[in-house]
Amino acid sequence: MTFLLRRALFYLVTLWAAITANFLLPRFLPGDPVQAMITKLGGRLNSDAMASLYILFGLDDDKSIWEQYVDYWGSLLQGDLGLSFTFFPTPVADVLSQSMPWTLGLVGVTTVIAFLLGTLLGVYAGWKRGSWMDNLIPITTFLSSIPYFWLGLIAISLFSVTWPLLPASGGYAPGLVPEFSGEFIGSMLEHAVLPGITIIVSSVAGWILGMRNMMVTVTAEDYVLVARAKGLTQKRIMFAYAARNAVLPSISGFALSLGFIVGGALLVEMVFSYPGLGYVLFQGIGAKDYPLMQGVFLVITLAVLVANLLADIGYLLLDPRTRREG
Amino acid sequence: MNFKTKLGLGILAFFTLIAVIGEWIAPYDPSAMSDDLLSPPSGAHWFGTTMTGQDIFSQVLVGTRGVMVVGLVCGVLATFLSILVGVTAGFLGGAADEALSMLSNVFLVIPALPLIIIVASMLPSADTVLIAGVISLTAWAWGARILRAQTMSLRRRDFVEAARASGERTWRIIVFEVLPNLLAVIGSGFVGTVIFAVMLQITLSFVGVISLSTWNWGTILFWAQSNQALGLGAWWWFVPAGLCIALLGTALALINFGIDEYANPRLRKVRA
Repeated sequence: MTFLLRRALFYLVTLWAAITANFLLPRFLPGDPVQAMITKLGGRLNSDAMASLYILFGLDDDKSIWEQYVDYWGSLLQGDLGLSFTFFPTPVADVLSQSMPWTLGLVGVTTVIAFLLGTLLGVYAGWKRGSWMDNLIPITTFLSSIPYFWLGLIAISLFSVTWPLLPASGGYAPGLVPEFSGEFIGSMLEHAVLPGITIIVSSVAGWILGMRNMMVTVTAEDYVLVARAKGLTQKRIMFAYAARNAVLPSISGFALSLGFIVGGALLVEMVFSYPGLGYVLFQGIGAKDYPLMQGVFLVITLAVLVANLLADIGYLLLDPRTRREG
Repeated sequence: MNFKTKLGLGILAFFTLIAVIGEWIAPYDPSAMSDDLLSPPSGAHWFGTTMTGQDIFSQVLVGTRGVMVVGLVCGVLATFLSILVGVTAGFLGGAADEALSMLSNVFLVIPALPLIIIVASMLPSADTVLIAGVISLTAWAWGARILRAQTMSLRRRDFVEAARASGERTWRIIVFEVLPNLLAVIGSGFVGTVIFAVMLQITLSFVGVISLSTWNWGTILFWAQSNQALGLGAWWWFVPAGLCIALLGTALALINFGIDEYANPRLRKVRA
């Protein structure tokens, strides 16, 4: 169990670092954008909202930095992330809780699909090295060199403008109300196809390549040779001997590349105006809405850390060595 | 060197050349407006024109420099940081290693894109060099992690022990005994960082947090997106810049395969 404890401790430190960065940035970077925004909104802010913005962005100059830090944590622990300027006067926490499920659904499902698909293709590409499967590598390299958002633009231009097959923006058809009905779910799935495929196509290449290279390395190991000498079936050697060992770096890499993938997925949401955190962030950039942008950053960091912890548990199940050490 | 690596180096050399001479060979001023509004590619405008009649071919040519400069500056800065942190951690071990590894893992796990967007939009003037600096700060961690692992496998080798026994100072062992053996890893880390930095810079321009006064491929895409180029069917507005990004990225990735195959002979092609 020490393995999991160590990891959990590491995630707590990371979370602390992210929150502290969020605290320090508006205080140490030049300019006072939030003050400017408060002045602009003037009397429309009530005193509670004003007080929480003062705490979050350090506009209380008469307090020491330590007192400000303590107040900041106090606000966060109560779930108070300030008011959004873009969606005035909705609190940031409310905006985020509405858009969070969309991002979790889209990014979660597509990341799992891309990982499974890429790993499987990588197993075959590594096993059949020197065959036509090698041609897969340059093609997927090219696909992964394309920025996520540009692939999204091309997808829209081909499948929504040139051939109007699928909707280009939004999370569901404009007239519908989010509810648990066949019509709404159908519309939701239809709107998720293009952004989903965009994320899968851009992210699958990394998994294929990583898995292929590990398979190539593992295939030369003695235990694979022994398995062959014992006359086991190709399929058994490939999956139970080679792939099972080759997949370990992919899984530990999964945790570390998640932050990067989520960044790409946020961009896809921006391009498709998908109602998730990425699109909220995009609207925040346009309006210089710092409470909203910082809120998005915190929530995404938290989600990535939780996903990392899940990946660690998966690693624990697959690699007995981590269990024995504990 | 195999064909793939040569191809990668060739494309990279081509873009480097364009970065240097792009401004002189561009047929038009990239910001100058004209009467040819939103016209498809033609003899006068090879990549067509924008909504305000700007020549897209000139924008791509002039914009290459910004992309390459940020890539190079970030590559150098972040590689330097990753050597500093990674090799030190791997060589020293113990508490220093624990602390430095923790630091690089924290940087790896925190999603860089939203953080950089916040920093870039808070900066009063987000010019190219400043952005390159900010990107470097988030781009070094991956290289540091790999360098640390490689250094750890080197530090107990005989030639290092011999240097230690003959009383060499620690910094001298690191610079003259360990670093030369890490060159392949450092090289592939450098190329990987350049890819990361180029993508990030273009992304930041596209979402509109970097100043739009200088041209790069991302700014072209920003204007295309904010003027609804997709809905207007103006494919020539966003296709060339995107293809350039993909080509440059592929070239760098091919170079990296070359380095990987050099460092790990098992990955080389089996000869029949």
